[in-house]
Amino acid sequence: MKAAAFEYTRPATVAEAWAQLAASGGMAKPMSGGQSFGPMLNLRLAQPESVIDLNAIAGFNGVRDEGKALVIGAGVTHAAIEDGRVADPTRGLLPHVAANIAYRAVRNRGTLGGSLAHADPAADWVNTMLLLDAVYLIDGPRGRREVASGDFMQAAFSTALADDEILSGVRIAKCGPGTKFGYYKFCRKVGEFAEAIGAVLQDPSRGVRRAIIGATAGAPHLVQDIAAVLAGDSAAIAAEVRAAGCDEPYEFQMHAVALKRAVAQANA
Amino acid sequence: MNQSDVKHLAGAAQGVGASVLRKEDRRLMAGQGQFVGDLRLAGMWDVAFARSPIAHGVLGAIEKPAGREAAVFTMDDLPGVKPIRAVASLKGFKASDQWPLARGKVRQVGELIAACLAPTRAQAEDLAQAVFADIEELPAVVDMRAARQAPPALVHEEWGDNLFLESFVDDDIAALANAPIKLTRHIRTARQCMSPLEGRGVVCQWDSRLDQLTMWSSAQMVHVNRQGLAECLGLDQGQIRVIAPDVGGGFGYKGILLPEEIVLAYLTMKLKRPLRWIEDRREQLIANANCREHDYDITVYAERDGRLLGIDCEATVDSGAYSSYPFSACLEAAQVTSILPGPYKMERFRCRTWAVATNKPPSLPYRGVARTGVCFALELMIDAIGRAAGIEPLEVRLRNVVQPAEMPYDNITKKHFDSGDYPRVLEMARQAIGLEAVRARQKAGEADGRRIGVGFAVFCEQAAHGTSVYFGWGVPIVPGHEQCRARLTADGVLELAIGAHSHGQGMETTMAQVANQVLGIAVSKVRLSHGDTDKSPFSTGTWGSRSMVMSGGAVAAACKEMARRVCQIAAKLLGCDVASIRLSGGQVFEGDAARMSLADIAHVWHRAPQLLPADIDPAGLEVIAGYKAGRDTGTFSYACHAVVVAVDTELGAVEILDYAIAEDGGVLVNPMVVDGQIIGGTAQGIGTALYEEMPFDENGQPLASTLADYMLPGAPEVPSIRIGHIETPSPYTEFGQKGIGEGGAIAPPAAIANAINDALCDLGVEITESPMSPKRLLAALAAARAGAAP
Repeated sequence: MKAAAFEYTRPATVAEAWAQLAASGGMAKPMSGGQSFGPMLNLRLAQPESVIDLNAIAGFNGVRDEGKALVIGAGVTHAAIEDGRVADPTRGLLPHVAANIAYRAVRNRGTLGGSLAHADPAADWVNTMLLLDAVYLIDGPRGRREVASGDFMQAAFSTALADDEILSGVRIAKCGPGTKFGYYKFCRKVGEFAEAIGAVLQDPSRGVRRAIIGATAGAPHLVQDIAAVLAGDSAAIAAEVRAAGCDEPYEFQMHAVALKRAVAQANA
Repeated sequence: MNQSDVKHLAGAAQGVGASVLRKEDRRLMAGQGQFVGDLRLAGMWDVAFARSPIAHGVLGAIEKPAGREAAVFTMDDLPGVKPIRAVASLKGFKASDQWPLARGKVRQVGELIAACLAPTRAQAEDLAQAVFADIEELPAVVDMRAARQAPPALVHEEWGDNLFLESFVDDDIAALANAPIKLTRHIRTARQCMSPLEGRGVVCQWDSRLDQLTMWSSAQMVHVNRQGLAECLGLDQGQIRVIAPDVGGGFGYKGILLPEEIVLAYLTMKLKRPLRWIEDRREQLIANANCREHDYDITVYAERDGRLLGIDCEATVDSGAYSSYPFSACLEAAQVTSILPGPYKMERFRCRTWAVATNKPPSLPYRGVARTGVCFALELMIDAIGRAAGIEPLEVRLRNVVQPAEMPYDNITKKHFDSGDYPRVLEMARQAIGLEAVRARQKAGEADGRRIGVGFAVFCEQAAHGTSVYFGWGVPIVPGHEQCRARLTADGVLELAIGAHSHGQGMETTMAQVANQVLGIAVSKVRLSHGDTDKSPFSTGTWGSRSMVMSGGAVAAACKEMARRVCQIAAKLLGCDVASIRLSGGQVFEGDAARMSLADIAHVWHRAPQLLPADIDPAGLEVIAGYKAGRDTGTFSYACHAVVVAVDTELGAVEILDYAIAEDGGVLVNPMVVDGQIIGGTAQGIGTALYEEMPFDENGQPLASTLADYMLPGAPEVPSIRIGHIETPSPYTEFGQKGIGEGGAIAPPAAIANAINDALCDLGVEITESPMSPKRLLAALAAARAGAAP
């Protein structure tokens, strides 16, 4: 299928992008890598009046070191992270995740910010950012606001972004020595969206212990009883998987195993 | 032909038996192929179709977009066009009328309702999106068993039921009542979509000078397309020229006459404007390329030692809404009745099959046709016998296959196995996969907790079967003789035209190898023309793994006749007796002396005819020669697939650790090309086994409308496949070759299911439904844990 007709703009600054978004009255859609949005346009699942291509905005794909944290621009591609072309604050987690997103062709074009704003529950970055407790940096006509990792994704394909706002990047705290992670993604085949994701992060230098259950029907679930889960307590894992909304036997099984295996990786 | 002849052929540099690199890959691998989608004609418009969103309903008013009515066409705008009607003469068969654009009712989601024309496809889709059809919804017939036993509705009311065809082969099964082993299973294969890299596509242009429509179509049987088009449009066949340019895979899908082709042909003639429709993946998935959905209630009877006594089976095939042209809706189900016994001997065989109409796309013949489902059903039962008897399943196969001394062998359904050593390929497969080592590894267990299983599946593949097999079906095509036109040009290039079509098989190379075998002409000096009704000899085209047997035979016949004429001319020119002349390596020899080349003789014929004596044969260097196999009941290639899998019982995930195939395709014209065919087919079979499924909801809505949901195996999912060959020549074909095009796709689902069941049998799991997805495996594991039958 071919997309319905739309206006196409390629603003050079964030302010220009806001102006175009505001002028559209909610009928414009910002586009970054376009790896999910492109097919949606062609399938006519999305029929915006205009598409605002963010890729020409200066600094959109940059990285800024803030000392204890790194801000990664929304326009940074999966491939740039995979290849180590941007600094990694996570001691290996980000490149590991990036390298297993879809296929290289998708990774060459697809961006961190685009994936986050699209908010597919089975995509990797929304889950990884919750695991890392990243801060979302959102710019709009009312200025910049920061959104906590647990507040950004609200449901499948739904985020805290207002119609006239743009995700500029994410702030990720630098992990310390001794950081261990586990990231278990189950896909039916290489490059497919995940059936289930379990992920664990332990950074003793910061006293961080977090785990998430992802690729659910909605936003990822942050594990509550982290001590019991890290101890491999089956009942605790089961309770967390149910709390993540995975009650149906197949869903339950996939997610419980993914979390269990991520714990085993992180404890290895 | 005996084995020493085979060795002789295999030693040839470019002839039969040589792994010559494919000539066509120079363009195909460089992105220089010319597919339908690459055509650009001046003034050409695109066509998009408004399609039914409803699986079953009464079609009311169709509202065209205001102001654009002239660019939108419904069936009422195609006066005189007839429906596609693929008949069969089998007793009780009911044909369907498939109107090119819906009339009266819609019977599947995606059925064409209106053709929308615009300068670009996007604009045409804008129009299609604005077409509104008033459809009064009827209950959808979705489940094939319900469709025949308790139909929620009738797909074709005038039939009184939902049966295209019921066929029955009776036998005295009661005589086996006391068999020591009697096993019954319910076995299913999912509905699939054929997925060639290139979908269908059509470009049409009217030529008023020739009073002829030219249709470029991504097709594999151009003369059959032309025949069907002429019937539906009421034209003389000569008024239609169908050209299949480069085609990116066929698999059976490209042999079907599409409603889209008829609509484009009609509108091109009406509007005198070139039109194009290029199928997109969504149309292919939801509306067009469905196949494979079988359901078996099967009982096998065996002795304690695993010897098969008989089979009793009721099989249902979900044939979809319409009988597709030319093979009809009877092909698949009726084939089940005749091929279910596979390569085995038995005393009794009873089988009843139903080809059932449902509100889904027509089920089309896909590589292997019914064999993939049949092999799945039967080979799962062979393993079940092995488990019940406490015998290695491979031993059960060895005890039941036809023995080499019995060849040729007429089996219980009168299939004539031409030649072969079936036990030998079983032994080769056992060796290749290392059965004993796998059994030892299983005992040791896996460090990662996964469970290892080994599975085998053996089949035989009837190919290139001809008139005597097909005339009784009474379908729109009956293959007869096959022809080749050959011309030696003045500079010594051999031009060949054949009726088969090459859409990935490498025939531009392999047919040239046949010419090399006969004439000694270099493969580089042979040009193959195919896929053009104006240039190609009439043929039913490429299907049924027939091309190398039939067109290969015809090329050999034409080249032999060419050789005869060349030698006659040479004898005249050399002033010697033709008996003293022979052709070798493209040179005419008189005694041991090379006297003239093919090019020398061709030069004289075309450019220096004054040198020819008056009594020369005026037929010259243009030959049309025909061929039919010595016996047209088909060649029987066969193979045993062996696979080792690791099953993750927590996730239901299956990894293929090793895959080996032992195969006998008769004399291999190009072993490298044959291996490519086998590997490609096996990749498709792995899709059937583990990934591919087109589910429908209770309203007949297809649930996999993109490749994100319809899962095809990719390169990482296909292991390195090891292939071993033996070459038992067919006694009936030109070089002893056998058709091998479909075999790869037949056995993988059965072999992989058997391996999974081998891995899980001590947990009480026996999976009998494809694809073996994680969901199905986990459900089976859970059911086994719960102590219930899966």
